[in-house]
Amino acid sequence: MYSPTILIEAMINGLLTGAIYALIALGLTLVYGVLHIINFAHGAILASAMFAVWGLNVLAGVDPYLAILLLAPVFFCLGYGVQRLVIGPAAKGDDGNILLITLGLSIFIENALLAGFGSDTRSISSDFSFAVVEAGPFLISSPRLVGFAGSLIVTAILWFIMSRTDAGKAIRAVAREKLGASLMGIDVGHVYAVTFGLGCAALAVAAGLLMPTFYVNPRVGGAFVNIAFTIVVLGGMGSIPGAMIGGLLIGLVESLSGLLLGESLGQIGIFIIFILVLLLKPTGLFGAKA
Amino acid sequence: MRFSGYIPILVVTAALAVVPLVFSSNSLFNFMVMSLIITLAAQGWNILGGVAGQTSFGHALFFGVGCYTAAMLQFHFGVNAWLAFLLAVAAGAAAGFILGFLSFRAGLRGSYFALITLAFAELMRILANASDWTGGAAGLLLKLNPGFSNMQFESRASFLWLALAFVFIGLVISRAIAGSRFGAQLVAVRENEDAARALGVDVLSVKLKAISLSGAITAAAGVLYVQNFLYIDANIGFGVWISIEALLAPLVGGRGLVLGPLIGTFTLHGLGELTKSFAGRIPGIDLMVFAVVLIGVVAFASGGVLGLLRRFAPRLARRIAV
Amino acid sequence: MMLRTETIIMRFGGLTAVNQASLGVREGSITGLIGPNGAGKTTLFAVIAGFLQPTGGRVLWQGRDITGLKPHQRAQMGIARTFQIVQPFQGLNVLENITVGSYLRHRQTDEAVAKARAVAERVGLGAELEQQASSLTVAGRKRLELARALATEPKLLLLDEVLAGLNPSEIRDIIPVIRAIRDDGVTIFMIEHVMQAVMNLCEEVYVLAQGQMIAEGTPASVCNDPAVIEAYLGKGAAARIASTGGAHA
Ligand SMILES: Nc1ncnc2c1ncn2[C@@H]1O[C@H](COP(=O)(O)OP(=O)(O)OP(=O)(O)O)[C@@H](O)[C@H]1O
Ligand SMILES: [Mg+2]
Repeated sequence: MYSPTILIEAMINGLLTGAIYALIALGLTLVYGVLHIINFAHGAILASAMFAVWGLNVLAGVDPYLAILLLAPVFFCLGYGVQRLVIGPAAKGDDGNILLITLGLSIFIENALLAGFGSDTRSISSDFSFAVVEAGPFLISSPRLVGFAGSLIVTAILWFIMSRTDAGKAIRAVAREKLGASLMGIDVGHVYAVTFGLGCAALAVAAGLLMPTFYVNPRVGGAFVNIAFTIVVLGGMGSIPGAMIGGLLIGLVESLSGLLLGESLGQIGIFIIFILVLLLKPTGLFGAKA
Repeated sequence: MRFSGYIPILVVTAALAVVPLVFSSNSLFNFMVMSLIITLAAQGWNILGGVAGQTSFGHALFFGVGCYTAAMLQFHFGVNAWLAFLLAVAAGAAAGFILGFLSFRAGLRGSYFALITLAFAELMRILANASDWTGGAAGLLLKLNPGFSNMQFESRASFLWLALAFVFIGLVISRAIAGSRFGAQLVAVRENEDAARALGVDVLSVKLKAISLSGAITAAAGVLYVQNFLYIDANIGFGVWISIEALLAPLVGGRGLVLGPLIGTFTLHGLGELTKSFAGRIPGIDLMVFAVVLIGVVAFASGGVLGLLRRFAPRLARRIAV
Repeated sequence: MMLRTETIIMRFGGLTAVNQASLGVREGSITGLIGPNGAGKTTLFAVIAGFLQPTGGRVLWQGRDITGLKPHQRAQMGIARTFQIVQPFQGLNVLENITVGSYLRHRQTDEAVAKARAVAERVGLGAELEQQASSLTVAGRKRLELARALATEPKLLLLDEVLAGLNPSEIRDIIPVIRAIRDDGVTIFMIEHVMQAVMNLCEEVYVLAQGQMIAEGTPASVCNDPAVIEAYLGKGAAARIASTGGAHA
């Protein structure tokens, strides 16, 4: 039915997109792994990062990839502040409260973007957006290749931070046993905020990698966050390698089901995976703890 | 206690019912109709999410099932509107039962349950957006044909009364549950499932009843929406907006309380209109206010408006039995 | 025998919490279950009440195998349990807490509430009906735990350390309550560390150590059993005590 070339090209594209999805899911899974909360504002924060990349480009002519260097620290600080000043104090330690507060944050951010920028869809176009690399019979989009590489690099950095640095050790200690960690003299509130900040910084990177080929509007986060939830659930909540593998898998599934079912039904594959994983194996394919 | 518990319901309903007799502003009527439809959807949410403590982020699933069942039965088969209404409510209950059977049996709770409700709503939105039966992205338009037997009304006031009648039924159901064995079991499940089990409560069956009833009531709100606007598409029926409205209202009004959804909806939408009149028609400004109110309620007033009333005017609060 | 367990085994991963435990509770008795910390007593209770499915063995209720039944079904049959770590409905007041229990046998609200009031009175919570469960003292919570279970009108009451954390005068107050419950025809099976209460109340005692049933008999005979003394005080303890002449656990 489909020639192997088309199928393989779809798979390559799926994997390339999947890596960026993984990057988006990374922040979500990191926050879940440490704070044990599902951050519903994740998509909205991504949308605001994408607007920031767009704004820097349109107003100051900053290249999206360059914007990452600026925005990653800014979003780290924003995330740190939001966790420290809003989510932490307002939740009073109750998981149900956190769920509702991050929902409130997501509604707020999304509509603030709507109020500020209107509902128009915007994009950055440069020559590089359409650049391609030829690999045998396949045409591969250069910005996506950059996105793929960027995602792998960030994942590696994050993995390094988590497993090799003192900060990472503290984070892991808090993730395992927050009471014990606080008895050992670790400032749990600080670690939570750092983790949340790291998640947001990862989103800023993702935004920079996405914008050359993608568009942004205030509602764009919704599409990504559903995918990110699926990846996190699939990879096992809290697992960094799980997020990467889950992201690549989901990218493949989306690309192939888009090819076979068409644009409008393409997303269905993702939701079916999501529902099945939740119902049959809520700990994910790579997660150990319930 | 028996009857007196229903007095606040009667008073509130009567107060709302006289509005069309005193005022004649169509925009006021439209505001009230929309608020009543949302109230009804929120009453459905409140039984599951408020009383039984199972937070749903996807009540659009039931709203949409109600919308589309009513619309499709009328559009494709010319089924009478009232019969379509009954079938839509049954479909909402069935959707609730199926979702509950799958997720509660799998042991999903808390965030996981919230996620799966969201996923089901989104799945249905994509399907409704793609299928010919549902009119695809263009949606379904029902024929304008006013008349009681078609559940359509020429006068705005009549439709307002219809919506109010539904909300009244919702209030009576909520009130009856609050003073019953079933209500006590729902609360027990919310507070501590293991303790409930030890006292002989069949937790799964109680949750299934709650989600089916919840689905039925929210589906009824969907039917009202369709009969009011005579139009439905996927982003309305299964859209995130109604999931959020259905959840916000009870939280703001008073989670798990009989009058919570009604008070929450009117508080929120009153605030929304006020903001719009001050800030002009900036898109999204009302929802920004809603979000701030939600965070404020969670942080400072977990009992919502009625909880504040209980704290600052305990006498009055006891009088209206919140 | 009203209740029997036959060679119950309960494993959690590699850990065998209960190993081949068999016991019987006679109708109308107050039977005790004692043993050192971590012996598996609470786990065995959870198996009896249906909260855990045992890895092996059977639970028999009046001769019938109920191993596969759910907790709420066992509660309906007349087996009620309390929790060692109290599990109140935090957001409800005392009366509402107890009413959840009394609704099991009374569908009408008026009857259920009346029953709940009577039970509250009986366990000494009559003055705290309107108080939030979360604001009760430790002793109050223990009484609430007992009241809720009692409100289900059980035939067998499983009490998991209801005396733990109480001071001597509170213990003295509650012992007659427990005896009165039995005198009303409710069989009682209790886990207890307070030996004074065990000696005082129980007719028959089982001793669990490291998941295994090591002794059974009257409280006095069990306390003098060398195996029991060793389980509590360590290897060789029985011999040491015998040689110094004193023998009480
Ligand atoms: N759900 C569980 N998962 C894993 N291990 C468990 C679980 N429940 C109990 N255990 C283990 O089983 C053993 C027996 O525990 P149990 O609570 O039954 O002891 P106990 O006799 O009631 O002790 P105590 O007198 O301290 O209450 C302990 O080692 C405990 O850590
Ligand atoms: Mg114990």
